[in-house]
Amino acid sequence: MSVCIQRLSKSWGDFAIRNIDLEVENGEYFVLLGPTGAGKTLLLETIAGFHKPDTGEIWINGKNVTSLPPEKRSIGLVPQQYMIFPHMTVKQNVEFGLKIRKVPKTEREKAVNEVLELVGLTHRRNRFPSTLSGGEQQKTALARALVIKPKILLLDEPLSALDVNTQKRLREELKAIHEELGITTIHVTHNHFEAHMLADKVAIMKNGAIVQKGLPEEVFRRPKNDFVAEFVGFENLFEGKILATRGGLATIDLGGVTVEAVTSKKGKCMVGVRPDDIILSNSLFQSSMRNVLKGRVTGLIDMGAIVNVVVKVKNVSFTALITKRSLADMGLAEGKEVYLAFKASAVHVL
Amino acid sequence: MSLIKNRSPFVALSTVLGVFMLIFLLLPIFNTVSTSANRLGEAVVDVDTGSAILTSFYAAFLATLITFIFGTPLAYILARYDFKGKTLIDAAIDLPILIPHNAAGISLLMLLGPKSLLGSAFSGIGLSFVDTLFGVVAAMTFVSSPFMIRSAEEAFKSVNPGLEKVARSLGASSFGAFANVTFPLAFRGILTGCLLTWARSVSEFGAVIVLAFYPKTAAVHLYEVFINWGLNAATPITALLIITAVGIFALVKLISAKPLKPVYSRQES
Repeated sequence: MSVCIQRLSKSWGDFAIRNIDLEVENGEYFVLLGPTGAGKTLLLETIAGFHKPDTGEIWINGKNVTSLPPEKRSIGLVPQQYMIFPHMTVKQNVEFGLKIRKVPKTEREKAVNEVLELVGLTHRRNRFPSTLSGGEQQKTALARALVIKPKILLLDEPLSALDVNTQKRLREELKAIHEELGITTIHVTHNHFEAHMLADKVAIMKNGAIVQKGLPEEVFRRPKNDFVAEFVGFENLFEGKILATRGGLATIDLGGVTVEAVTSKKGKCMVGVRPDDIILSNSLFQSSMRNVLKGRVTGLIDMGAIVNVVVKVKNVSFTALITKRSLADMGLAEGKEVYLAFKASAVHVL
Repeated sequence: MSLIKNRSPFVALSTVLGVFMLIFLLLPIFNTVSTSANRLGEAVVDVDTGSAILTSFYAAFLATLITFIFGTPLAYILARYDFKGKTLIDAAIDLPILIPHNAAGISLLMLLGPKSLLGSAFSGIGLSFVDTLFGVVAAMTFVSSPFMIRSAEEAFKSVNPGLEKVARSLGASSFGAFANVTFPLAFRGILTGCLLTWARSVSEFGAVIVLAFYPKTAAVHLYEVFINWGLNAATPITALLIITAVGIFALVKLISAKPLKPVYSRQES
């Protein structure tokens, strides 16, 4: 089931979306990525039918649904904070859509059992929501949306309210469920990791408009502008000046530090290097990498399993990622000298 | 007095003043009930008192029912939607609580009395409001409905609109979402509001006596006994009415108190 959104605009309270054009193909996992207040939820709720658009059209599977009420759109919605009906058990929550559709009891039971099995909640079926963990509530919301076999699944920040470990587990489960059911999914998030892990296609939203859309590797590797770059996790963003270009290889000055990049641009530019593209080492080593810089560790930021290492090279600070294990192996500490290495192709010129 | 010890003079003073306030509120009630406790039986067995109390209860029930039918949708609209003039309507709902109740009664009499346009229209279909049960119910509804409407409005506000959205996405119409999700979740607040409206209706005197002296309600009966037979005759009835009111109030508190949340449903898996 495909979704096609054409020139969609809607103002609602403090939020607005402007001229949204989107195409989500059958079976695609589409991630809408953007900061808080970008209008992601408004767009999702307009697709769901809770807001009448000011202009534009929404087509689901070749049918114009712009003026259909939400209950006629056959969408599965997992809202922020899940919105589990607090007066119903897990089973009753999941059963709700089928009861409304007057599905006979035996069929209902079967469908509920299947979907609870799918999300791994069978053992919690008779629990009330207030006694469930965040992850279990999320799964209940997902099961409740899936049981009606919706044409489109809409997920609004489905993982944001969960702790890091649960997030990781459920991200994998979302992926597995999507692969099993092949349901067309639109997933809204502000977390670019989720987009990385799950998206077939991604769109970046800012101030109610779509800034960039496409395949994740396109958007993440070649961000269109510094907003997208910063948002998709380019922590090393510098203003630079291209000094010379020879054979497609440019030498760029970042203010005292020069790096080489693959570009044909000229003059002033923005330069981005992803932290995960930078290799750290204690000594100079032989490699094909065009950029090797010597610097001093000025900061270590603990992110759990990984550590952000801030390395100052002359007046330019780079951030690199390293596992906790490697940090211990290398004996990195603030003030220590260290080498940074990255490929010319890892330097993105915007 | 550990409440006063080790506290700032301000807190100590507030406590002392607060205690005086409490004593003033509770002493008359306590005094009436305790001094006439041994004569309570007189009021209980008295036929006139009994029928007056029944009239009060029944009329109050009808007033509550009317408020429930017309007030619940109003409360829902006020809780869910913003529109022009909402603050005005909001204020208007509290008006019956603010105006003197005999003035409310007179206003109703002007509107529904036999000489009025509306009153004569109603009498054309055999509905009269002067000295009838309908009059009692009309007076009670007018002065007590705000309690139910306010309570229901608060209850609806406490239900996250996101729950209704999910219900809609799952195929429920807007009424289906209301009936299956919002109403059950707001039910406790609505019930509390109904009980408050009922209790306030039972205790209503000013508006009722202007519009309908007959059929006599408990409050009107008490007034009549007091005027004709004096304080001594009135106290057992007073005590009975107070005890009834306290009973209702306890029930309201019991219902509005949050229950312990069950972990499992009673339903078999």
